[in-house]
Amino acid sequence: MNKDSLFRFLLFTAALLVLLFTAGIIYALVSRSTETFQEYGVWGFVGNAEWDPRSATEEYGAFSFILGTLYTSFFALLLCMPFSLAVALFNGEYYKGKKISSAVRSIVDLLAGIPSIVYGLWGFYTLRPLVIALGVNAQGFGIFLSSVVLAIMIIPYASSLSSEFLSMVPNNLKEGAYSLGATQIEVVQHISLPSAGSGIVASYILALGRALGETMAVTMLIGNTNRIPRGLSDTGNTMASVIANQFGEADGLKLSSLIAIGLLLFIITAIINLIAKLIMKKLSHV
Amino acid sequence: MNHSSSIVQRKRKDKTIRHLVGFFSLLAMIPLFFILWDVISKGYKNFNLRLFTEVTPSSMDALLAISNGDPIPGGILNGITGTILIVGLAILFSVPLGLFIGIYLADNQGKRFAGLVSYLTDLLQGMPSIVIGIIAYAWVVKPLGSYSALAGSVALTIMMLPMIVRSTEETLKMLPLSYKEAGLALGSSYTNVVFRILIPSGFGGIFTGILLAISRVMGETAPLMLTALGASVVHWKMTEPASAIPLLIWDFYNDPNLVDLIWSSSLLLLIVIFLLNWIAKIVARKWKV
Repeated sequence: MNKDSLFRFLLFTAALLVLLFTAGIIYALVSRSTETFQEYGVWGFVGNAEWDPRSATEEYGAFSFILGTLYTSFFALLLCMPFSLAVALFNGEYYKGKKISSAVRSIVDLLAGIPSIVYGLWGFYTLRPLVIALGVNAQGFGIFLSSVVLAIMIIPYASSLSSEFLSMVPNNLKEGAYSLGATQIEVVQHISLPSAGSGIVASYILALGRALGETMAVTMLIGNTNRIPRGLSDTGNTMASVIANQFGEADGLKLSSLIAIGLLLFIITAIINLIAKLIMKKLSHV
Repeated sequence: MNHSSSIVQRKRKDKTIRHLVGFFSLLAMIPLFFILWDVISKGYKNFNLRLFTEVTPSSMDALLAISNGDPIPGGILNGITGTILIVGLAILFSVPLGLFIGIYLADNQGKRFAGLVSYLTDLLQGMPSIVIGIIAYAWVVKPLGSYSALAGSVALTIMMLPMIVRSTEETLKMLPLSYKEAGLALGSSYTNVVFRILIPSGFGGIFTGILLAISRVMGETAPLMLTALGASVVHWKMTEPASAIPLLIWDFYNDPNLVDLIWSSSLLLLIVIFLLNWIAKIVARKWKV
């Protein structure tokens, strides 16, 4: 019996560590960014678009990077929607349970396995010349190129969860519609999509969370300029890419400001994930 | 449903949408083949024994070789050993811990504390990798006063942990309750039931989860930039800076003289990751719960 209580205690301690980790994460982010928040105040930092590391005119604000992050992620989400919805319908509705569906699923899953840095390389060497040829901008770098690559990266996340929700739609609902003479698209439109709707929304929100925090590919493709991007063809920086780019040589107030951006990114992704989880929890109770 | 449209129109619409779904699904898969083609066609030339046996050349040596028209001397041995060291340590930390937390969660469903731990696990899982890098920097690099392989593996541990916890928990939840009850009824201790019955019965799911977690962190670059930093020599000391294959790819990308090594390193990385995924799939199929 003694061995058992020791083992149970070990299990409990391990679970307790998750709590400690989270506390340690929040403490590390908050304590190392206080310098910035004391200097500028929370809103003074969040709302300021100026990022100037030159020591004479040193000034740090996160606003351009927040906007850069929102532009790239939402544009990527928009771009990925038709494709991930098609894949979800393919696997969860049209060819559900068929061999071809599991082949498509495996191929799309492989996209999720490719490391971010390889996406970055591909974007740089293969897509960038295309973007230049399309005449989006002279160098190819920017919001547009990053969003296209981000969109490809999040297709597997958006589609695999949505197809799961689509395949969970009760068969008797669909059979009822079919027996009334509905065509397949009418069943999708009036039965499948409405009943899997909030699940699909939740999976898109999770995919958005992925896009917000994606670092390497964006760092390699966005052009890394410290100002508010003026449209899709402009260059910029996201919260993640500015950290990746400038962390190495940073110290003092700059380091503290970069960690403050990390804290903001942590909070944003936590809220996004919480919303998606709440939607899915509500679904599982119905 | 639209009453005014004839059956011909409705059928035509049905067919059109079906084709569109197929077409867009096809388009969604195309990037994979383009990326693979890029990496393979550009990488196979430098994919030789040298890649595995020699360390990264200095930028100067590479420049000399290029101006003489020779292939770049050297490989990525320092990256390979660094990846083994960093990922190996991360496995050592995250697997036992993840297993224990997963067992705890599967066994205490519905309890408040378990619910909180489960929620925080989700939170950790959604954390961007660059933020994890900052945290390992604050936890390990700052106190130790230097970049280190250990800091890198702490970062990867934070990434792997939630995945291992989830797969362990889900697998154990799928096992019939009678397995556990039968073991306990036969007078076996709880510890024995866990190690002799539950873990072996759920082996497939648990092991698959671990393999997928490893393959996921194998290509991580951003958190290692802030923690392991990189090194140009082969060593096995965990308190010193170390390199990793993705870190080297980043270095090569930034150094015009070493660009030729980018694709062979990426090819190696993709082979390892897809191999892990493939093994995971086989394990999952063979030891299905």
